[in-house]
Amino acid sequence: MDKQPNPVLLDALDPLITALRIGGFRVVGPTVRDGVIRFAELSSAAESPTGWTDAQEPGRYRLRQEGELVFGYAASPDSAKRYTHPPRTTLFRWDKGPIEPEIDAPPTALIGLRACDLAALAVQDRVLGGSAAYRARRAALFLVAVDCATPSAVCFCTSMGTGPKAEAGFDLALTELSEPHRFLARAGSERGAEILAALPHRASAPADLAAAADVTRTATARMEPRRFELDGVKEQVAAARTSPVWEEIASRCLTCANCTIVCPTCFCTTVEDGTDLSDGAAERVERWDSCFTFGFTELGGEPVRASGAARYRQWLSHKFSTWVDQFGEYGCVGCGRCVTWCPAGIDLVEELERLR
Amino acid sequence: MTLEMTPIPYRVRSRRADRAESVTLTLEPAEGLCPTFEPGQFTMIYAPGVGEIPISISGRGRFGGYVQTIRAAGAVSRALCRIEAGDLVGVRGPYGTPFDMGASAGMDVIVAAGGLGLAPLRPVIRELAAHPGRYGRLTLLVGARTPSGVLYPRELARWARHFDIRVTVDRPDDKWQGPVGLITHLVDQIAIGPRRTYAYVCGPEIMMRATADALVRRGVPAGRIALSLERNMKCGLGHCGHCQLGPLFTCVDGPVVTYDHAAPLLEVPQL
Ligand SMILES: Cc1cc2nc3c(=O)[nH]c(=O)nc-3n(C[C@H](O)[C@H](O)[C@H](O)COP(=O)(O)OP(=O)(O)OC[C@H]3O[C@@H](n4cnc5c(N)ncnc54)[C@H](O)[C@@H]3O)c2cc1C
Ligand code: SF4
Ligand code: SF4
Repeated sequence: MDKQPNPVLLDALDPLITALRIGGFRVVGPTVRDGVIRFAELSSAAESPTGWTDAQEPGRYRLRQEGELVFGYAASPDSAKRYTHPPRTTLFRWDKGPIEPEIDAPPTALIGLRACDLAALAVQDRVLGGSAAYRARRAALFLVAVDCATPSAVCFCTSMGTGPKAEAGFDLALTELSEPHRFLARAGSERGAEILAALPHRASAPADLAAAADVTRTATARMEPRRFELDGVKEQVAAARTSPVWEEIASRCLTCANCTIVCPTCFCTTVEDGTDLSDGAAERVERWDSCFTFGFTELGGEPVRASGAARYRQWLSHKFSTWVDQFGEYGCVGCGRCVTWCPAGIDLVEELERLR
Repeated sequence: MTLEMTPIPYRVRSRRADRAESVTLTLEPAEGLCPTFEPGQFTMIYAPGVGEIPISISGRGRFGGYVQTIRAAGAVSRALCRIEAGDLVGVRGPYGTPFDMGASAGMDVIVAAGGLGLAPLRPVIRELAAHPGRYGRLTLLVGARTPSGVLYPRELARWARHFDIRVTVDRPDDKWQGPVGLITHLVDQIAIGPRRTYAYVCGPEIMMRATADALVRRGVPAGRIALSLERNMKCGLGHCGHCQLGPLFTCVDGPVVTYDHAAPLLEVPQL
């Protein structure tokens, strides 16, 4: 975009949702399901988690009603990954003739992504950008980000340098403000600017901008107790390959793969080949896999990483060390999802500090 | 749109059952020409409806296409071994880093193969045999479990014109008169000019490490020993994550790597 227009104020989300739906997008955003904030298709802002907030800590997640914010919670188990890199997707079908690739990339607007989620998308772009199917799904996204107001006790985006304010990689970004409740909205792309211009909006005042800066300041301060020094971690983790700490972590880790499933950057997949019973056509399905599964490294009937310690070492070392070798950046964006959803409550930040 | 995970139909032009409990197929695209390959590269071969596995390219067929040797190890390789001439399979690739043939120009070359490791080395051997003047002394060391487990026996006889060939087996039969035991013993027996030697090694991981260590002990620099790593692979594109070995995606940063890079990684158990 040539010039950054001033942010504007929106009083409600419904006009945005409607405009995106008229624009041909399925609108996906947060909603409360079974006591958890999940992404789902939304038809109106009434389905958003207004007045809900979360309490997250290692191995624990609880929602409770508090305040008036729509986006007053931290990372949910879902992320953009579900839409750019679906849990299960058919790659092709083959019925004698040419092999037909399949790509399902419906135009999708994602509402409520955080700065860490945008950073995770950028990480994924570098890992999976060579895949035409990924590029098609990625290009079909319209991204509405929200500046994080209430990081949880497991968040550490400030340590990873990815948040809490959305800086780039969105079409629209909102800062949710209270008293009175309103959204300060800014565009990050031409099409974002067009949508924004067509919505009912008011001009913002310096006080609105100051209130938005306060949101980010408060959020940053909340993560201060958890801040750690990233410098040197790549080399330190690589040097710890034979550390006894891995065995100790493995004594708690259930190798359940929850951490890799909720992680917005974890990308590993496997394929399932089979034949469609209805018409006999051969087909291939790609689905998420995890370096924690026993057979992940199978070679001649035996896995290379047979022990839990080796599998945990692979996961954490990839995020903080070998990812840098491969892609020039960390594979972790500091969202804390893997900490919250680990049934054993293993906190990778604590484990990293023990390994250094 | 061609999609990188979508195989291209190839027809089985010919099929030969080897003595060594493997099957050698020549595969040609059902339409058009197959892409060029370099020694050491592999393709992902798809048995329709069953699965897809990495298989090295062992050469070009007499009328084009890829020659590939497959041993029945599990579900997919068994299905591929059962396939008949005229049948269709899917192929993606070629993928992976090649054996660097330029790196050994002007040097003595040792090729060391353990078992099926001879399959990816066949194009290396043929390249060396085709241009003997380009290289110094050529040595081929082959290790096999049994005498009948030695791959490509007829070609071995032909290669003997250019190579000093030594074969060792784990389990000799009544007729066997050659060496018995590890391929590293062969390394210890041959004359090596360490400063002008380059080695291409492929076989089971423990065989490759033992062979490379034996060469290093004889003074060959680790950077002049090329190995072909084997890891579980689902995509060949660096996308599925399965083949990682420390910083390497074995499918794109390998399979061929030099031992100076591989040794510190292979040394760590279960990396
Ligand atoms: C770069 C490369 C080149 C290869 N070249 C050849 C060749 O020229 N000829 C040949 O016969 N074999 C070769 N292999 C080994 C071959 O890929 C395996 O034997 C095959 O994958 C076994 O699959 P399966 O379904 O038959 O067996 P299963 O044991 O049923 O396989 C189960 C799973 O483990 C994986 N797997 C099992 N064993 C291996 C293995 N040894 N290597 C990689 N993945 C494995 C399979 O992909 C499959 O996902 C090569 C492997 C690699 C990585
Ligand atoms: S490793 Fe954990 S904290 Fe880092 S991006 Fe993945 S889920 Fe988030
Ligand atoms: S670290 Fe936690 S979430 Fe990850 S595999 Fe181990 S027990 Fe499961």
